[in-house]
Amino acid sequence: MLVADPRTAAAWRLLRQEIAEAAPERRRELLRQRANQSRAADLEMIGRAGLGHVGGDMSVLDILTTLFFGVLRVDPEHPEWPDRDRLVLSKGHTAGALYSTLAAAGFFAPAELATFAAPLSALNGHPNRVKVPGVETNTGPLGHGLPVSVGMAVAGRLAASERHVYVVLGDGELQEGSNWEAAMTAGHRRLANLTAVVDRNRLQQGARTEETSALDPLDDKFRAFGWDVHVVDGHDHLELLDVFTAPRGERPTCVIANTIKGRGVSFMEDRVEWHHKVPSAEQIALAAVELAR
Amino acid sequence: MSFLTQETFDCRVAFADELIALAKQDERIVAVCNDSVGSSNLVGFQQEFPDRLINVGIAEQDMVGVGAGLALSGYIPFVCGASPFLTGRALEQIKADVAYSQSPVVLCGMSPGMAYGELGPTHHSIEDLSWLRAIAGLGIVVPADPDETRAAVRWAAAAATPVFLRIGRFKVPAVTDSFTFGTAGLLRDGTDITVVATGTMVSRALEAAAEAADQGVSIRVLNMSTIAPLDEQAVLAAARETRGIVTAEEATTTGGLGAAVAAVVVSSPSPVKMRMLGVHREFAPTGNTDFLLEHFGLTAADIRAAAVELAHV
Repeated sequence: MLVADPRTAAAWRLLRQEIAEAAPERRRELLRQRANQSRAADLEMIGRAGLGHVGGDMSVLDILTTLFFGVLRVDPEHPEWPDRDRLVLSKGHTAGALYSTLAAAGFFAPAELATFAAPLSALNGHPNRVKVPGVETNTGPLGHGLPVSVGMAVAGRLAASERHVYVVLGDGELQEGSNWEAAMTAGHRRLANLTAVVDRNRLQQGARTEETSALDPLDDKFRAFGWDVHVVDGHDHLELLDVFTAPRGERPTCVIANTIKGRGVSFMEDRVEWHHKVPSAEQIALAAVELAR
Repeated sequence: MSFLTQETFDCRVAFADELIALAKQDERIVAVCNDSVGSSNLVGFQQEFPDRLINVGIAEQDMVGVGAGLALSGYIPFVCGASPFLTGRALEQIKADVAYSQSPVVLCGMSPGMAYGELGPTHHSIEDLSWLRAIAGLGIVVPADPDETRAAVRWAAAAATPVFLRIGRFKVPAVTDSFTFGTAGLLRDGTDITVVATGTMVSRALEAAAEAADQGVSIRVLNMSTIAPLDEQAVLAAARETRGIVTAEEATTTGGLGAAVAAVVVSSPSPVKMRMLGVHREFAPTGNTDFLLEHFGLTAADIRAAAVELAHV
């Protein structure tokens, strides 16, 4: 099990405070910069390892950054604090995005990112809760995160805890039926302490979702299952913050976050081949320039 | 003497009684089920603890995932469903969400084996032991009678480890006096042949041993109620001290008890011949459980015949 990095955790606390106190436009800019730093770190990591899922990592990073730097009640130095909010990354193949975010928050030392996918590294191609603090359950096969998160939300209610459960879903993985079993349970039980965020980048491994097995109208689907649904720009940190911190109703919340796969790197954006293509050193350098803007 | 004419018991009753008793003492205990409140015998639990019975409906993948989420949040979930659907439908959740995630869920496979008789192979759970034994870190316990069921439930609630309990519906007599996870129960000592049996086959193995004694064959009976991890020492001792081993299980022989014992025996310093009784990769014909156990050679007479034959090889 990796351990917390107190210096980075302290920096994370300061940045969180600065973000919380900043005027809206400054707040957006701080989150944008932070997310792009994680994007750059992620690309470095993937380039070094020679594998990863860059497209989905880039699309989900604004969501993860907003959650960890503006929303989640967690403590990187006490990752097992019982009343912490839970963040489950159901789209486990984008482990790189989670690792770069957790490292930036000090759950473990950022230097560990260099071990990604190396023999015996804690940082496997899909996240492992037994090895990586901040990972709540092992994911990788699709369609697993929502049922487990429903269980966590039921537990939070039984324990009369204020904690909130967030689960980040890929859009493609919604083709797995297990999600809809869990969506039904959450709607039926009116789990208001559960928020599902759909990283709606409209691309799956091989093609567009709508050309493969259409998901739209996705908002109506979740509504029909008994959820409150919000559709936002998944790269607009203020919209994400607003929806995550808005007063909650009596039903589970689904945030459909419209995103662009490969976001932030011009030659990767909305291109299916960047699902898990590995960038060259030159491409990583080009990307770094774009992300530093 | 015939054990099968003695009073027999549905182990689901002992399971439910013990679960309620434990839940009264420990509020972390919850039950999760798939519309199986009745068939998992959870009616009493639901009356006693309505908030702690989470019925997700007919949705096994969701059920196991929900159980994992509860376990990862400090609860002790007993996730109950008919064994064929719990294990077959949710196998990947059992692997990823429970075993690999090390979430201490107690998976309760109800009415396993061929308990559903005439309902047919869709409802038989004879593959479960093979499937689950292939998963790292998952304990597999098959109690042989009501007392052992109670003891296994008590153990599982305290164990804080992923485990599968196979809870029988087909009625069995009381044959055990203790349960220790990972340890075979020596129910009868013998010097010629060892019968290693599990679940519904244990009482039949004892009956076979009593009858074989009349034919001059001395049979040791091991109740292998823990299939994983297997009590290898008990198997090695049997290979050393007796001349052959018969395994008996209400399951396929492809990867369950027989295969587990054989893997130990072939690499032991004193390998002995074996006979593996069970279902040999076949779908059952129509018939009730008694008929099917007879059809597949799983009666006391079949066990005795296999042991006597082996003793004379």
